[in-house]
Amino acid sequence: MSPTPAQSGQPAQPGTIVAGFLAPHPPHLVYAENPPQNEPRSEGGWEVLRWGYEQVRQRLESLAFDTIVVHSPHWKTVTGHHLLGVPRFRSLSVDPIFPNLFRYHYDLSVDVELAEAIAAEGADAGLVTELMRNPDFRVDYGTIVSCHLARPQWDRPIVGISSNRAYFSFSNEVGEQEMLALGRATRRAIERTGRRAVLLASNSLSHRHFTSEPAVPEDMTAEHPYSHNQYRWDMHVIELMRKGRCRQLLDEMPDFIEQATSECKDGSLTWLLGALGVPDYPATVHAYGTVIGTGNAVVEWLPPDPAPGVAAPGVAAPSVNAVGGAA
Amino acid sequence: MSAPGSVVLGLIVPGLPHPLLAPDASPHWRRIRDAYDQAAARVRQAVEQDGADLLVLYSTQWMSVIGHQVQADPQPVWTHVDPEFHALGSMSYKLRMDADYAAAYAAAARARGLSCRTVAWPGFPIDTGTVVALSLLNPDNRLPATTTSCNMYADRGETVVLAKAARDAIVQGGRRAIAVAVTSLSARMHTRPVAPADDHLSSPKDEEWNQKLLEILSEGRLEDVAQLARTVAHQAHADQKMKAIWWLSALMDQGNRLRGTVHGYGPLWGTGAALVSLAPAATEHGQHEFDEDGVERFLGDAEVLQAPTARAPGGAPGAPAMERGLGRAGPSEVPPSVHVPAPARATAPARPSSAIPTGAIHTDTAPRPVGAYPHARRVGDLLYLSGVGPRQPGTDAIPGGPIRDAQGNPLSYDIVAQTRACIENVRRILEAAGSSLDRVLDVTAFLVDMDRDFAGYNQVYGEVFASVGATRTTLAVRALPTPIAVELKVIAAAGDVDVQKLATGG
Ligand SMILES: [Fe+2]
Repeated sequence: MSPTPAQSGQPAQPGTIVAGFLAPHPPHLVYAENPPQNEPRSEGGWEVLRWGYEQVRQRLESLAFDTIVVHSPHWKTVTGHHLLGVPRFRSLSVDPIFPNLFRYHYDLSVDVELAEAIAAEGADAGLVTELMRNPDFRVDYGTIVSCHLARPQWDRPIVGISSNRAYFSFSNEVGEQEMLALGRATRRAIERTGRRAVLLASNSLSHRHFTSEPAVPEDMTAEHPYSHNQYRWDMHVIELMRKGRCRQLLDEMPDFIEQATSECKDGSLTWLLGALGVPDYPATVHAYGTVIGTGNAVVEWLPPDPAPGVAAPGVAAPSVNAVGGAA
Repeated sequence: MSAPGSVVLGLIVPGLPHPLLAPDASPHWRRIRDAYDQAAARVRQAVEQDGADLLVLYSTQWMSVIGHQVQADPQPVWTHVDPEFHALGSMSYKLRMDADYAAAYAAAARARGLSCRTVAWPGFPIDTGTVVALSLLNPDNRLPATTTSCNMYADRGETVVLAKAARDAIVQGGRRAIAVAVTSLSARMHTRPVAPADDHLSSPKDEEWNQKLLEILSEGRLEDVAQLARTVAHQAHADQKMKAIWWLSALMDQGNRLRGTVHGYGPLWGTGAALVSLAPAATEHGQHEFDEDGVERFLGDAEVLQAPTARAPGGAPGAPAMERGLGRAGPSEVPPSVHVPAPARATAPARPSSAIPTGAIHTDTAPRPVGAYPHARRVGDLLYLSGVGPRQPGTDAIPGGPIRDAQGNPLSYDIVAQTRACIENVRRILEAAGSSLDRVLDVTAFLVDMDRDFAGYNQVYGEVFASVGATRTTLAVRALPTPIAVELKVIAAAGDVDVQKLATGG
C-alpha cells in the first residue's frame, strides 16, 4: 500500500513537471505500428504523426522522470474528476469504436500516491474528485494509446485522470475554469509529493470524423482534414502554441471547440496548460496529421526552468519538425 | 402465439447500473428495480403467450461514429465496471447473443444504404446499459439477444432506417422479437455527489417533460413521443436526442397502435429512469404530435418513412404505404390530420354521426401519394381530393397495365380497367373520410390520350356517376406523374353534411 501524502510528509525536493505533451490518442497510430501488444496487423499508415511520437520518445529518454500523468477524453465522468486508484491493471483494451484496429493487452502500474494527492488538492480547490478503487476496472483506450505512444516500455507508473463532462454539463467557459483548476491542483500535488512528472494531454484538435472507413483502414489516400475550416483552426491554434501565446489560446478555446468540433472540449489540453501555468514560452510541434479527418498535433512544452541538476535539453526555438498527413 | 416475423413487445428501460448493483441503497433505486422486475415478468409472459424468441436492444450508452455496430459474439463474457459508477461494484456477465440474427440485421442495414457491421471480438466492451438490461430482463439467458450502437451523428432518418433493417431481419427469420430501447428519459446526471436516499431529478424541466412523455406513453402513443423528440431535446436533457425512441417506434409500428404500461419511474443519479412496456394493439390512437422541424430522409432509403407493415419482407423496395408526416402543418395552424388505417375486413366504414375532424386525411386504403400531399382535405362542408389514379394501394400495380415500360416504350393498356380502378380509389378515400361516391359534386378528369381513351373512360364513368349528377370536365394532358392513362380530381360533400341543404344554401 502506498503511503498517503500526509503519511509520507514533505519530500526532500519539491517535485516538478519536467515536460508536458499534447499526445492525442487515435488508436490508428498504435495499429499502424504493429506492437506485440496489439492483436490486429497493419501495413503502416499515419507515419508523420508516428514520427512525431518518435520525437516524444527520444525526449523522454533524455529526461529524468518518475511518473506519467495522463488526462484522457475516453474515460468520461459526470460527477467529478476520477483518478485510477489501484496499483496495477492488466487486461485487454478493445476500442468500442474501432475494435477492428485496437485490441491491446496492457499491463501497467499506477502511482496511487500521486493520484491521491491530486484528488486531495483538487478537493481543496473545490473540485469533486474520486479515486477509482475497483480492481476489475478496464483502463480506457485513450489513456493506453497515449501512454503507449509516448513510452511503450510501460516502465513508469501512470496516473490516469478521467475527463469530467463540465463543458457538456454547463458551458465551454465553465469547463475551461474547471480544467484549469484541476491542472493547478495537479501541479501542486506533483510539487508536494516530490514527483518528477511527465504530463500527457490525450486529445485531438479538430475532431469531426468521417463517418465511413476505407476498406483498408491505413489507406492514406483516404486521409485528409475533414474540412478546410477544421484545418485552418488547427493551424491557428498550433501557431499560438508555437509562439507561446497560450493565454490567447485559452481565450479562443470556446470558439475553437464550437467551430472546429474540437476534442479540447474533453478538457485535456486545458488541464495541461493549467498545470504548466499557462505557458508563455514556445512549444515544439513535433507533428500534425489527420486521422479519419480529425486534426492531431504532437506538441511538447518544456518548462524553461527545470529543477537543478537535470540535464536540461535546450528550449528550442519554435520549430515544426514535421507537418503532414493531408493527402 | 403471435405471428412470426413480428415485434411482439417493446420496452423502454434505463441503463444505469444502480438497480442491478445497489437496489437497496436507495428507495428510489429500489423502485426502479421493482419496475425492472415487472418488465422482466412481462418478457416471460411474451415468451410464454406470444412465443417471443429474441431480444433486440438499442443502447444509448454504446456510442459509434462509423455507422452502427451490432453485437454478434455468441457468448460474450467479461467482468464489466462502469466508468462512472465503479464504486457500486463489478458486473460479471456471460450473455447469449444471436449471431445469425445480428448478421442478418447488419446485412439488412447495409442493403438499405447504411454503414453497419457486426462486432464479435472477445473482450469487446459491451456497454453498461446493455449489460444492465440483459442481466435484469433475461437473467437466465432464456432468450438470445443482440444489441445495437447509437451513432453519435445519426439523426432521425438514419435511426429510423436502422430500425427498419432490424425489422427486415425479424421478418426474414420469422422471429417473434422483443425490442428494447435502453435509454433514460432525461439524461442529466448529478454533477456533485448526492446521498443515494436523496436522489432526485437533477432538473425540474426534465421532470416536467418526463411526466408528459410518460402520460403519452401510457396511452401507447410511442410514435407521438418519437415525433416530439426534437422538441424535448431542445427543452430538456434528452438521452442522445431520444434516438432510442425513434428506433423503437420505427421498429414497432410508427403508428401509435400500441398499449402502454408504465411499470415505474423515478430518479437514477439525477436522470429520469422509466420502465415502459408497449404491446401491439388492435386500434390506434391517431396521431396527435408531429415533428415541427419536418422529417429527414436518409439518402440510403428513399422510403424511410413508410409504415413498416407495408414493406415487403427482406426490405425490398416496393409495397409502399402511406408516407407519414408530409403535408402537415403546425397544430396551432390547423386541426390535426387523420390517418385512417386499412380496415381489417373490406367493409365500408360507418358514416360518423359526429363531426369529422377537419384538415388533411390520409388513408392506407388508397395508393400512396407521389408527393407531399394528403389524399384529401376537408374545408368547411367540402372534401377536396388530391388527384387520384388507378394504382393499387400497397403494391402500386396498375390495373389494365402501365402505359409505358421502364425505358419509356409504349405498352398496350386497358382504359376501362384503369378508369374503374381510379373510381374505386376515389371511393376508398371518400369512405375513409366518412363520405361516399354518391356525394361527389364535381369531377375533373385527365386523360393522356383523348382520342384513344375517351370512349372507354366515358362508359365506365357513366356506369357509376350517371345517377350522381356531379359536374364534370375532361381534359387531355401530355403526361401524368406515373405511367397511367387517367386521373380524377374530385370535390365531394363531407359525410355529415346534408347535400340538399348544401345545394340550396340552407
Ligand atoms: Fe478521441
